[in-house]
Amino acid sequence: MRIKDHPILDFPPRREVAFTFEGRELIGYEGEPIAAALQAAGIRVLREMPGGRPRGFFCAIGNCSSCYVVVDGRPNVRSCIEPLREGMRVSRQIGHGELR
Amino acid sequence: MTRTEIVVVGGGPAGLAASLAASRSGAKVLLIERQAQLGGQLVKQTHRFFGSSAQSAGVRGITIARDLAGQAASMPEITVWTQTEALGYYAGGTLLAERPERVEIVQGARMVLCVGASERPLAFPNNDLPGVYGAGAVQTLMNVYGVLPGRRVVMVGAGNIGLIVSYQLLQAGVEVAAILEAAPQVGGYLVHAAKIARAGVPIMTSHSVVAAFGETELVGIRAARLGPDWRPVPGTGFDVDCDVLCLAVGLSPLVELARLVGCEVCYIPELGGYVPVHDDELETTVPGVYVAGDAAGVEEASSALIEGHLAGLAAAHGLYPQVDYEAHRGAALAELEALRAGPTGAKIRVGLSKMAQVKGGGRQ
Repeated sequence: MRIKDHPILDFPPRREVAFTFEGRELIGYEGEPIAAALQAAGIRVLREMPGGRPRGFFCAIGNCSSCYVVVDGRPNVRSCIEPLREGMRVSRQIGHGELR
Repeated sequence: MTRTEIVVVGGGPAGLAASLAASRSGAKVLLIERQAQLGGQLVKQTHRFFGSSAQSAGVRGITIARDLAGQAASMPEITVWTQTEALGYYAGGTLLAERPERVEIVQGARMVLCVGASERPLAFPNNDLPGVYGAGAVQTLMNVYGVLPGRRVVMVGAGNIGLIVSYQLLQAGVEVAAILEAAPQVGGYLVHAAKIARAGVPIMTSHSVVAAFGETELVGIRAARLGPDWRPVPGTGFDVDCDVLCLAVGLSPLVELARLVGCEVCYIPELGGYVPVHDDELETTVPGVYVAGDAAGVEEASSALIEGHLAGLAAAHGLYPQVDYEAHRGAALAELEALRAGPTGAKIRVGLSKMAQVKGGGRQ
């Protein structure tokens, strides 16, 4: 769900990149936060808290740590401020995540 | 080790104004910003500002951010590090800063903390469901990244943020089912509330959210009328289908870094909660460490700009005494006073008088 026409803002064309979420192939814009690309694809559950409750983002500016995902095996990545790159492998963080 | 004269933490309106004021006094400034771009929360503010013309009234926040960032880039005395987070502080003014893939040690003679505020949560069952978002978060998603938060939104809070974000949701083509406001009256400016009402969105005062529903994501909420004791009145509950619940229930200053530095912190509800104790030049209880913007008490971007300017002037004055310092300081203080005059500034005036008492009382 991307904004196409807006009375005030223009969203200039950006470079599309391919990445995966939970193994599923997705397309997003290079440099946008991972959480923005996921939200645009309709994906809102970003992690599972210890105890199993689902979580999405809350603040979207890197304050609250609600949106942790695992990127290329690295846990505790704040998806709301981490820029999307070509080929990233993103998955939901389960619990506290595991350091490699 | 990177040495500078003034370290400014946070590149929003306060931090940009502080950096510009300090560098124009001749000081070398290092400006640290967590995000990839400067401007703080101005980068998502598509509405036109109020306030005095000196503080960009009539100009959209996004334009102010671009203008200030451009000015900062043109000052050779200012070094900007974006995607950099202040992680730690050690005695003697040593700051630890995390940059992409490396950590830097920064040494400065003065420090200005312009780290902003965080959105408050609200307690109700299932408030952690994906789809329950901060209003500022939704604004960021839409106005900075061009992504819609969902299809149908319920907004909690009819202060300026709740009203403005509701209007911006409508502009982006999202349905706003209702705005719930716990207080018996609308908190924000009536000009914003009138726009919302004209668009046909009900603003329900003395109402709030009492529960959220959904298995893994938000699918609806229950709202209820609140009595004079602010508690839900039994039998008044009703359900609303929505895939997004926006919380616009206030902000709290981010005080972690100030605490780490050893600044005394006090609790003043009118300033947003815990806030570093400071004087009217924005100096904290740690000499040479200043605080400005929402981090010094939650207010508006317009006042953050003046506070940042004032803190930048004061921080630089100790290093490069300016002959016209008193005149500049007086002008900035007068501008702040004008901005806080009238009924909309009542709350902040109470907060600041409490701050003056804490400061004047010499509390430890």
